[in-house]
Amino acid sequence: MTKFIVNGQERELDIDPETPLLWALRDELRLTGTKFGCGAAQCGACTVWVDGVPTRSCVTPIEDIAGATITTIEAVDTKEAKAVQAAWAAIDVAQCGWCQSGQIMAATALLAENPAPSDEDIDAAMEGNACRCATYVRIRQAIHNAADALKG
Amino acid sequence: MTIQTTRRGFMATGSGLLLSLTLPAGAVAAKTGEAVVEAFEPNAFIRIGTDHSVTVLIKHLEMGQGPYTGLATLVAEELDASWDQMQALGAPANTPLYANGALGVQGTGGSTSMLSSFLPMRQAGAAARQMLITAAAAEWGVPADEILIKAGILSHQGTGKNAGFGDFVADASKLPVPENPKLKDPKDFVFIGKDRPRLDTAAKINGSAMFTLDHYPEGMLVVMVAHAPKFGAVVKSFDDSAALAVADVEMVREVPMGVAVYAKNTWAAMKGREALIIEWDESKAETRSSDAIFADYAQAAAEGGLTVEENGDLAAAFAGAEKVLEAEYRLPYLAHAPLEALDALIEVKDGKAVLTYGCQFPTVDQMAFAGTFGIEPADVTINVLMAGGSFGRRAQGSAHFATEMAEVAKAAGRDGTFKLQWTREDDIRGGHYRPAALHKMRAGLDKDGKIVGWENIVATQSIMMGTVMEPMLQGGPDPFAFEGSSHLAYDLGTRRIAWSAMQTGVSVLWWRSVGHSHTAYAVETFLDEVLEAAGKDAIEGRLELLPAEATRERAVIEKVRGISGWKGRRGENGKAYGFAFVKSFGSYVAQVAEVEEKDGLPRVTRVWCAVDCGLAVNPNLITAQCEGGIGFALSTALHSEITLAEGGEVEQSNYHDYPLLRITEMPAVEVAIIASNEAPSGIGEPPVPPLAPAVGNAWRQLSGRTKRQLPFARAEA
Repeated sequence: MTKFIVNGQERELDIDPETPLLWALRDELRLTGTKFGCGAAQCGACTVWVDGVPTRSCVTPIEDIAGATITTIEAVDTKEAKAVQAAWAAIDVAQCGWCQSGQIMAATALLAENPAPSDEDIDAAMEGNACRCATYVRIRQAIHNAADALKG
Repeated sequence: MTIQTTRRGFMATGSGLLLSLTLPAGAVAAKTGEAVVEAFEPNAFIRIGTDHSVTVLIKHLEMGQGPYTGLATLVAEELDASWDQMQALGAPANTPLYANGALGVQGTGGSTSMLSSFLPMRQAGAAARQMLITAAAAEWGVPADEILIKAGILSHQGTGKNAGFGDFVADASKLPVPENPKLKDPKDFVFIGKDRPRLDTAAKINGSAMFTLDHYPEGMLVVMVAHAPKFGAVVKSFDDSAALAVADVEMVREVPMGVAVYAKNTWAAMKGREALIIEWDESKAETRSSDAIFADYAQAAAEGGLTVEENGDLAAAFAGAEKVLEAEYRLPYLAHAPLEALDALIEVKDGKAVLTYGCQFPTVDQMAFAGTFGIEPADVTINVLMAGGSFGRRAQGSAHFATEMAEVAKAAGRDGTFKLQWTREDDIRGGHYRPAALHKMRAGLDKDGKIVGWENIVATQSIMMGTVMEPMLQGGPDPFAFEGSSHLAYDLGTRRIAWSAMQTGVSVLWWRSVGHSHTAYAVETFLDEVLEAAGKDAIEGRLELLPAEATRERAVIEKVRGISGWKGRRGENGKAYGFAFVKSFGSYVAQVAEVEEKDGLPRVTRVWCAVDCGLAVNPNLITAQCEGGIGFALSTALHSEITLAEGGEVEQSNYHDYPLLRITEMPAVEVAIIASNEAPSGIGEPPVPPLAPAVGNAWRQLSGRTKRQLPFARAEA
């Protein structure tokens, strides 16, 4: 039995403790916004927060995060998240959309730590999140726009 | 009445899942006597709900390029709808209703969505508009020509009456469908030609967008297939005892393409597949390495190939040339590597099947599944969802994935619901690649630097041959093998273009921009080198080669020269500039890349892109396709290569050894769209081909020679 808090709710899962968090979220809890891209921590599509830190859920066995607090795209609602999602919508960042949950979780964590990121800061924080449609021009722009909006 | 026919047609192909997705939430049925009419469906493309929602059924797969938004724009335009009442949904498999006029089957590809649907979708919207007006005129007792529609509201000035579309759902449904509804004069367009937000953005930024992987029907088993490690190998024997011992693994079955593991959840399927012990029969496998395959291609090209274009005595032209340049290019196999690997839901019950997935070729997949499973195509329903990218990967003439779907469903030996799921390793190692290509090039210059001879022999494998599409070739050469090398707009003197049709055991497929993805690199870098050898500027030199009637080519080339501030190939501070122009899929694209050297490799800092794709229906989406297409092409040019080792095994397996472009490598992009009233043409693919040669041409200035074998990151032999 593995216990953790997911999107504010305590959850208990009686499954193989080696199960990656990604599949626990999807197959067991039906939180399907977090995507499977590579299964090897190479693309970032599966990014969620574990205790506030962007984490590749596809290689994180649930036994390693017992007791942790997990936040997924379905419930992320900090002021940074709202600014990021609004900025994403304003310039239509997404194309196919598959990587975007992970991009938004990573971008939101960046702004929580660094409210005015430079291009270099954005590169460092977002390099692990691949976008096959290469929407990077708009990802960069949207993060700057979200930072500006948060400044007020 | 037509409306009943189309509604029956729709109902016959729609499953409960689709209907539950399509019926607008909270729709209140309008009552007309006994009958309840929930939606006004003037044709197979439009459903107007009593809640005023306008749902457009989109027959082209939404895989990121924006057909949901683009086609809904056309309907909204003719209806004079309000954008916030528009919704889009994938149309189910139904070839008579939803065939692509440019392809002849229901399918998406060749950047044809907008060009093939531009008039039909406007006509669908105009018909609905006319019927709504007729219904309102009868209801209000006023002449139809006094009724106006603006932003989704019908109104009559004289009586002050107004109402929304949803108020006429029942009455409009009783009317005959006009055959030739009047279309708007383009000068009255309010939607077409303006930036319009995507209809799928909201769901894609909060995790609510439902892709194939996100559906969990009751009792579903996840299926993973262990595929052969070499192309053409088949199962000899296998031991599934360890796999069956994995908790939640339900069964293991042999299928023609490998061994299938059925499990209650994804992790169990992965572990079960891992635990299989399989012995493969490799007697018919492709065992050549990539190097050996290229050596065979070089030999075939040296033999001259099959002429596909010629216009004179090439030998005489070269004999009279002052200077002759030659080059050989090698372009690798490429995986599409969309982030969503192949996946599909298969529900089998009582001899009928319902397939739910991001289906790119519904007609082909429907026939393949039916044929393999042993039922009629009419008993195969396909609900089409959005796909997390494709770039050609889901457009399968071979229908190999639909065949695998049918095989795993058949091997299960019982009714049930299955989610067939590929992993990244299946995707990278699974073939269906952009074919490898070898280009043998030769050009002759006279004493004045004029190109008097040009030869391009392309050695590559056909995508069409050996698939259901082969009859379309009518025994002739496969034009997708050499498109972009023949029939160029440039005057290259006496020329000969030829194709050496190669055969390998490696399966190949359409890959974003198809033949142009390799021909553009060979043609545009070699031409640039030839022009430089003749002492000519990259842009001025090309303009001199264009005939007077090539006005659209000239316009994009001159446009990109202007926006990039072109001053020649060499820049200051270690920067160089490369230019390339490619016409593909009916669209004209010219690009300039600004490149510097970093750690021995090109670093692209800026790209300027001028595009003419006819009437620009939604400039925002066109710009996005240019930005994304440039990034996709740069990713490929810098990093991408699938190679076969000695013995035939694919050497790459995941994004660590088939890397994708990262945000750190993405250049700034400036896009200029040529204003045009020509019919819309493609935009999903055309921005891709010019990028690699533009970078290659700049890199020649920095490195001293043209990179003949891509990717750039590949070590020189």
